[in-house]
Amino acid sequence: METSINLIEQEAGHSLWGDAWLRLRRNRAAMCGLAFLGFIILLCFIVPFFPALPDPAAQSLPNKNAGPSPGHWMGTDHLGRDLFSRILHGGRISILVGLITTSVSLTIGVSVGAVAGYLGGKVDAFLMRGVDVLYSLPFLIIVILFSALAKGYTHDFTEWMVELSSFDHDTIAPFTSLIPLFVAIGALSWLNISRIVRASVQDIAGREYVEAAKSLGLPLHRILLRHIIPNAIGPIVVYATLTIPSVMLFEATLSFLGMGVQPPYSSWGILIKDGADRMLSNPLLLIFPSIFFILTLLSLNFLGDGLRDALDPKSSKD
Amino acid sequence: MLRNISNRLFQGLLVLFVLGTLTFFLVHALPYGPFQDEKAVPPQVMERLEKLHGYDKPLLTQYGLRLKNIVQGNLGVSIKVMEGRQISEILGQAFPVSLTLGIVAMCIAISIGIPAGILAAIRRNTQVDYAITAVALLGICLPGFVIGPLLAEFLGGRLGWFPASGWDPRDPSPMFLPALTLGLASAAYLSRLTRAGMLEVLNQDFIRTARAKGQKGSIIILRHALRGGLIPSIAYLGPAFAATISGSVVVESIFQIPGIGRLFIKAIETGDESLIMGPVLLYGSLIVLANFLADLLQIWLNPRLRTVKAP
Repeated sequence: METSINLIEQEAGHSLWGDAWLRLRRNRAAMCGLAFLGFIILLCFIVPFFPALPDPAAQSLPNKNAGPSPGHWMGTDHLGRDLFSRILHGGRISILVGLITTSVSLTIGVSVGAVAGYLGGKVDAFLMRGVDVLYSLPFLIIVILFSALAKGYTHDFTEWMVELSSFDHDTIAPFTSLIPLFVAIGALSWLNISRIVRASVQDIAGREYVEAAKSLGLPLHRILLRHIIPNAIGPIVVYATLTIPSVMLFEATLSFLGMGVQPPYSSWGILIKDGADRMLSNPLLLIFPSIFFILTLLSLNFLGDGLRDALDPKSSKD
Repeated sequence: MLRNISNRLFQGLLVLFVLGTLTFFLVHALPYGPFQDEKAVPPQVMERLEKLHGYDKPLLTQYGLRLKNIVQGNLGVSIKVMEGRQISEILGQAFPVSLTLGIVAMCIAISIGIPAGILAAIRRNTQVDYAITAVALLGICLPGFVIGPLLAEFLGGRLGWFPASGWDPRDPSPMFLPALTLGLASAAYLSRLTRAGMLEVLNQDFIRTARAKGQKGSIIILRHALRGGLIPSIAYLGPAFAATISGSVVVESIFQIPGIGRLFIKAIETGDESLIMGPVLLYGSLIVLANFLADLLQIWLNPRLRTVKAP
């Protein structure tokens, strides 16, 4: 009697996410990734508040393009600004941009792709031809129009936030100026995800367990969320981890067009782009930001791979 | 099948119509126009110019005229960037360059990316897998504006293996470095997607059955697993192919290539409507075509999809 009760309790303790977490913890690469990611986020979000760190916007022309020294751990850039401090400050913005826009584009892309792939027929044709139109629209024009449109609103919103919170204008401005960017990138970067999810869902839609769910009379959203998307999670997770770096770099392109982060504020994308322009005269300006960028994304990918393995319904009996 | 194709053709035309309409009105909504110059243009001159190009008519009339001309195959002339030249002539010169470059780049991407992804999936969670992941990420994190100049400086300049700039229709050697720059990024994406797709397939029952039958490993991978494993990669390849063969600003600027990408950006910067419309419609047709081919390839590779109602 007692053993059977125990069995029941054990069964109840195995949720999808609980199981996944247990499996994830056993994956060394994924845990290293998670630890490093936590470390970087902590570094970027806490350390810039330490007064000992040089001001990232303070220029010192006599001290420009200096190599690493005790005062400037990673040297200075072409205007004599402290590179380490700029990387940490830029990291906050890049991490926010990467995470937020990727979540937006994942939400839209997975929904559109899953519905199109599962329902097929006219719905699929309509959604996918819409995606074709969006693919080919000149993105740059939309961005220029949108940023002209959004400028006034962003300014008002910043003032409102300053009044509302205890921070001053300079602390808040780099973040509120990002909001149009989030919307613009998020709204247009979901196209590839939707195509990829649709292809996987089409493959899954004909399987026996989906037939079974359908014949049980489950509603559409339940079939999609419980049965189809978990089985397509591999490509979704992988493409999400690939979207994050491309979005971070894209932010740099948009900043040059006057949208997003403006000087003296910076981001990893901008630092890498600046570094690339001067890579032959001072390669350190490219190398240090790239190291942060690449290590962060590498750990994100190992975490993503681990998450994929952990969430895979097919391996749940291992 | 034939109905399917004609259906998609019709949908494709609809896509181009919507695309052209949206592009027309978006360009005309830009806060600047093709007649503006760095110096202030006198109002009389501006008026004459606008009249000459039909910009004085109401917007809807202009739209109707443009639509009629385009349907008749007349893409118009460039107003600003390539003053007075026919769009069809400009595209006729620049597109073959971008097309050749893009095809070579995609061949490089496929021949590196897919085998690397398969290898990573087979040797999953080993040193080989981690190494491939790391290299792929390097390719994704170091975008064209970093890889391009590096390749130009080292393989082109210091080692002198390949010419670092220029374009010659008779000599393929200057094509290599820009194609490599374009191809490496796509190769990185492909390897990650192929790995993910293969992992979805490799632990399914039919693979286990094939193993149990004693089938050779390479045949299991190539004949059984790859069909399903390529699903995400092919979905990615459609748009990536269309994007690559319609030109890249970054690569064209670094390697001095007379492709479409740079013209297109200049056209957007000046609001040169016809020079925007031409490449947009071209790119739209390529997207429609590439996605159609990707869908067909998907069905051909994957017998399970053949029963699904095709759109």
